[in-house]
Amino acid sequence: MRLAGGVLPKVCMCGTHILSLHPQRKEEQRVKISLSINGTQHEADIEPRFLLVHLIRDVIGLTGTHIGCETSICGACTVLLDGKPVKSCAVLAVQANGGQVTTIEGLAKDGQLHPMQEAFWECHGLQCGYCTPGMIMAACGLLKETPNPSEEEIRHGLEGNICRCTGYQHIVDAVKYAADKMVA
Amino acid sequence: MRAYLPEYELKTPANLAEALRLFSDEPGVWRPFAGGTDLMVLLEAGKLTHTRFVSLWGLPELTGIESHDDQIIIGALTTYSQMQAHAALRAEFPLLCEAASWTGAVAIQNRGTLGGNIANASPAADSLPALLVYDAELELISANGSRVVPYNGFHTGYKTSVLRPDEVIKTIRLPRTTAGWRQHSRKVGTRKAQAISKVCLATIAHSENGVVQAIRLAFGSVAPTPLRATATEAVLKGQPINAVTIAAGRAALLNELKPIDDVRSTAEYRAQVAANLLVEFLEMLA
Amino acid sequence: MKQSLIGQPAHRKEGRDKVTGQARYVDDLTFPDMLHGVTVRSPIARGQLRGVQFGEGIPWHEFTIVTAKDVPGANCVALILEDQPYLVSDTINHPEEPILLLAHADKYLLEEARRAITFEIEPLPAIFSIEDSLNRKELIWGEDNTFKSFLIEKGDVNAAWAHADFIVEGEYETGAQEQLYIEPNGMIAIANREEGVTVWGSMQCPYYVHKALIKLFDLPPKKIRVVQAVTGGGFGGKEEYPSMIAGHAALLAWKAGKPVKLIYDRAEDMAATTKRHPSKTRIRTAVGKDGKLLATEIDFTIDGGAYATLSSVVLSRGTIHAAGPYNWPAVRVRSRAVATNHPPHGAFRGFGAPQSIFAMERHLNKVAQTVGLSPEELRRRNFLQPGETTSTGQVINEKIDLSSLLDRALKLSDYQTKKTRFAEFNASSSTERKGIGFATFMHGAGFTGSGEVYLSSVVGVEATETGKVRVLTSNTEIGQGSFTIFSQIAADALGIDFSQIEIAQPDTANVPNSGPTVASRTTMIVGKLVESAALGLRQTLVAGGLLGERYSADEFAEACRQHIAQHGALKSFSKYEPPPGVHWDDEKYQGEAYGTYAWAVYVAEVTVDLTTYETRVDDFVALQEVGKVINPVLAAGQIEGGVAQAIGYALYENVVWREGRMVNNQMTNYIMPTSADVPPIRVYFEELPYAYGPSGAKGIGELPMDGPAPAILNAIEDAIGQPGIQTFLGQIPLMPETLMKAMTAGGGND
Repeated sequence: MRLAGGVLPKVCMCGTHILSLHPQRKEEQRVKISLSINGTQHEADIEPRFLLVHLIRDVIGLTGTHIGCETSICGACTVLLDGKPVKSCAVLAVQANGGQVTTIEGLAKDGQLHPMQEAFWECHGLQCGYCTPGMIMAACGLLKETPNPSEEEIRHGLEGNICRCTGYQHIVDAVKYAADKMVA
Repeated sequence: MRAYLPEYELKTPANLAEALRLFSDEPGVWRPFAGGTDLMVLLEAGKLTHTRFVSLWGLPELTGIESHDDQIIIGALTTYSQMQAHAALRAEFPLLCEAASWTGAVAIQNRGTLGGNIANASPAADSLPALLVYDAELELISANGSRVVPYNGFHTGYKTSVLRPDEVIKTIRLPRTTAGWRQHSRKVGTRKAQAISKVCLATIAHSENGVVQAIRLAFGSVAPTPLRATATEAVLKGQPINAVTIAAGRAALLNELKPIDDVRSTAEYRAQVAANLLVEFLEMLA
Repeated sequence: MKQSLIGQPAHRKEGRDKVTGQARYVDDLTFPDMLHGVTVRSPIARGQLRGVQFGEGIPWHEFTIVTAKDVPGANCVALILEDQPYLVSDTINHPEEPILLLAHADKYLLEEARRAITFEIEPLPAIFSIEDSLNRKELIWGEDNTFKSFLIEKGDVNAAWAHADFIVEGEYETGAQEQLYIEPNGMIAIANREEGVTVWGSMQCPYYVHKALIKLFDLPPKKIRVVQAVTGGGFGGKEEYPSMIAGHAALLAWKAGKPVKLIYDRAEDMAATTKRHPSKTRIRTAVGKDGKLLATEIDFTIDGGAYATLSSVVLSRGTIHAAGPYNWPAVRVRSRAVATNHPPHGAFRGFGAPQSIFAMERHLNKVAQTVGLSPEELRRRNFLQPGETTSTGQVINEKIDLSSLLDRALKLSDYQTKKTRFAEFNASSSTERKGIGFATFMHGAGFTGSGEVYLSSVVGVEATETGKVRVLTSNTEIGQGSFTIFSQIAADALGIDFSQIEIAQPDTANVPNSGPTVASRTTMIVGKLVESAALGLRQTLVAGGLLGERYSADEFAEACRQHIAQHGALKSFSKYEPPPGVHWDDEKYQGEAYGTYAWAVYVAEVTVDLTTYETRVDDFVALQEVGKVINPVLAAGQIEGGVAQAIGYALYENVVWREGRMVNNQMTNYIMPTSADVPPIRVYFEELPYAYGPSGAKGIGELPMDGPAPAILNAIEDAIGQPGIQTFLGQIPLMPETLMKAMTAGGGND
């Protein structure tokens, strides 16, 4: 299994079904749910204890949504559920049944970055990048409610997303930049 | 790897009647699960021993805010975000909306519910002192009918309450009787956001010519339950506000609080700061 | 000729992947047939392991179980001293020490199994404080509980006391701090006898992991391969501990015969992995009534935890930085790193310097007060000038003018006006006090003393036929922007476009050892090697007659193509050579401790709430001289992030210990600042190019961690201005609970 030099192995996105992950689980404990993720309808047959973030990452295979704290503080797992930011590590997948989820992978259209993504890149609103997808989703949620926020409103709006690298300054700059672009 | 959830069952009833049947058929076996913002943290830390839950999220019977002449009725599943967006609540019950804005952060406010916060019964919950000073009432419902109880007295001890195992909170009712009262609240947390309170205060008062006609004081994180400081209220009622009465109020409050030391703060700090918060409000009233 | 890229805000090289969610961190990687691993750890601080109980109801036969007996090579994490085992074989030395490893395909069942294991342990008495360690209440490490001690001496300290107009003494204390990178630690390993060991993971130093795995598996270097996955922050926290996790994942994979992924959750990461060393410092200073510093004696002790790890080098940096940027005629610094039964403390941005600088910068305010000078005037009279020497006798050769730097910082922060305004405000407000304070400091870039010579780093560049150039280093991108900086340096040296540079993902199978990503060395030391390797490549083409002095992108590509056609490949390597005139005496701790220093003045403005005793930082000015700034926006980002982290260090981040265990090991109760807690941070640079850095750049990564805590506490002292408060302001984190005691006690005992 020695891999060719220099190239990371092709990432194997674990299938479409949770069955392969937990073969020994009892059938009757599972719940059928249906939800839309980035515009695509998904059906899943899952254990009730499955978190929305596990559904997104382990079942659907969208790994841009990160897990940083498991206590709904850091916000790295923030996605939009029915248009509003939620922490997907604190939402049961079952409770998202029938909902519409948008993750970081759902923002860019046809290779064209969403203005918020462009702004984070342009203004260096990221360093290690781990909090970035959640931060961008929270920022998108903020601009929906407050299209032209002040610096204070940005800081308040993003207080649920923790960043250890940037000191938040360039993130604030990025959100202002995106707001200007999106209003224009 | 410690964060993986233990095995448990979760039912998702289609309506309230179905949920209530589960609670009444096997009282104590099933525990209601609303937005999950409190329970998920405990679950993922492996600190919740309960393993059978009923999801109430989205049940229409428990949602919505109704304005009546004499009261505003808030469905138990109303989220913090929904409360903050409601014009009448913001105008007449600002302390509740302010507390809602303190809770977690926006993404939590989109999931956390007022009913869930009450049922979870944390003495540090931000919105509960506001309910105490507004003399809120709770409508509790079970398969056998409903009853209305005053919120003050709902909690009987640390994380215990008068809620029966077959009951859930249906609505929270706020009487519209405090128009024109001075209202004030303040949270002292471990940081500006996403912080559990070290101490928090909600208070409303009605004064004339510098004399306290009525005052209601409630604190979080200073006792096993959210605390309505009735003894201190009694000391202040009918008194003019001056250095002597402020000192008396302060002394009464220190006597009434039962704070503890924990990882967030010390009993000494909680008591001292709670007293300072009271003084700050009284000086605003003067 | 195209415009130079140096000094330009080039876009982050890997930015697109990170804003689109395409960047793959270790937990995003999956291998066929992969198992999940978990570490079972000691519940107590110290004891003898007598047995393991496997609880009922778990299908244990399905699990891969690894204990110390399964280690194929040496059961120790190879680093400086080899005292730390991968897995406990008999003696437990700290809470959360790894004892046993489990792997299974089902993550949920794995967690249930972890909880079903109990250990039979005969407890031994443990020690948790620097005092108990120094007093040898229990002997827990070596002959005297001391990992390392240093003595620096300059001038005649003993003679100074008699001539002093004032002798000022003070005691200072700093707490542990969690790095709190947002991506928790993790590794994936594939390991078997035939193919050797390969690990992918979150790390700063692939060759540290490489060295550790060679020893653990007793395999030749070629049989070990370490690949860095995209890494979500490090701050020192992923310097040495990843060697432990990689070893654990590899031991499980070796036994299971399958790939094993081992990802820590936040609670485990915080409780079990390294933190910043807590410290205690005593300073005694002789000063004349003119404010001239005559001598100082500094006693600096850090708590290393249960094993040696990097404590000796953390201590070294803390010791060398202890005297600050001042011209002391006489200095004595005694320091030691001692053992306790805490989990080992380790690398964290600043690496010992924030601790000793906090002490000195608080102490000098006390000295100023004693002498009757303003804090700024005392410093002006004592700043190091070119030609003068540091505590190790290093002559300052740079044209640094600290007084002007101080003046500029005070002007940028409107210091004098605010002093007056705040005094008026404080006299009239009954609810708040405002204050402003600053700290002046320096930070040595690169490894200490002969460290870089021992490392002997190598960097390569390699051209393709299409004229793309790939940079080969083992230095990792952990958020700080190294890939972008390397690209700017290489593109500039080669005179080609930024987009034509590629940075190889650090992988010990493909990149030379250019040393660890630590010590503010990546831009200055490794960047210089990138520059010279790139210049070497260009020179090869010019010397071969394939390229003129001026050329277009197409001409460059054509030259590469022709060279490769003739010689098979086009590569250039560069190896570290120390700058001339650098001498270091490891025995006496004398000489050129660092090739160069960055110099800084930080000013903090605070409001203290008299109702709640909370401190809010309202404004922050960070002015620094850092040599040539390669990328101003990235550099500002480094400073802003460091300042925010240091605001946490000063005011919020309190590690609560119980019996040696961190009990607030969650993000809910270990409190780091949110966007609402951090003020706008204003960053300014001055540039005195350093001859041996790429285009004149120095290192900056650690610098911003040093100054904010003392600046903030100096500001708090200014705000409260209460006699006797100093005693309480000698410690960080300064929690509101402490400030309440200070303010209600009406002062301390000095």
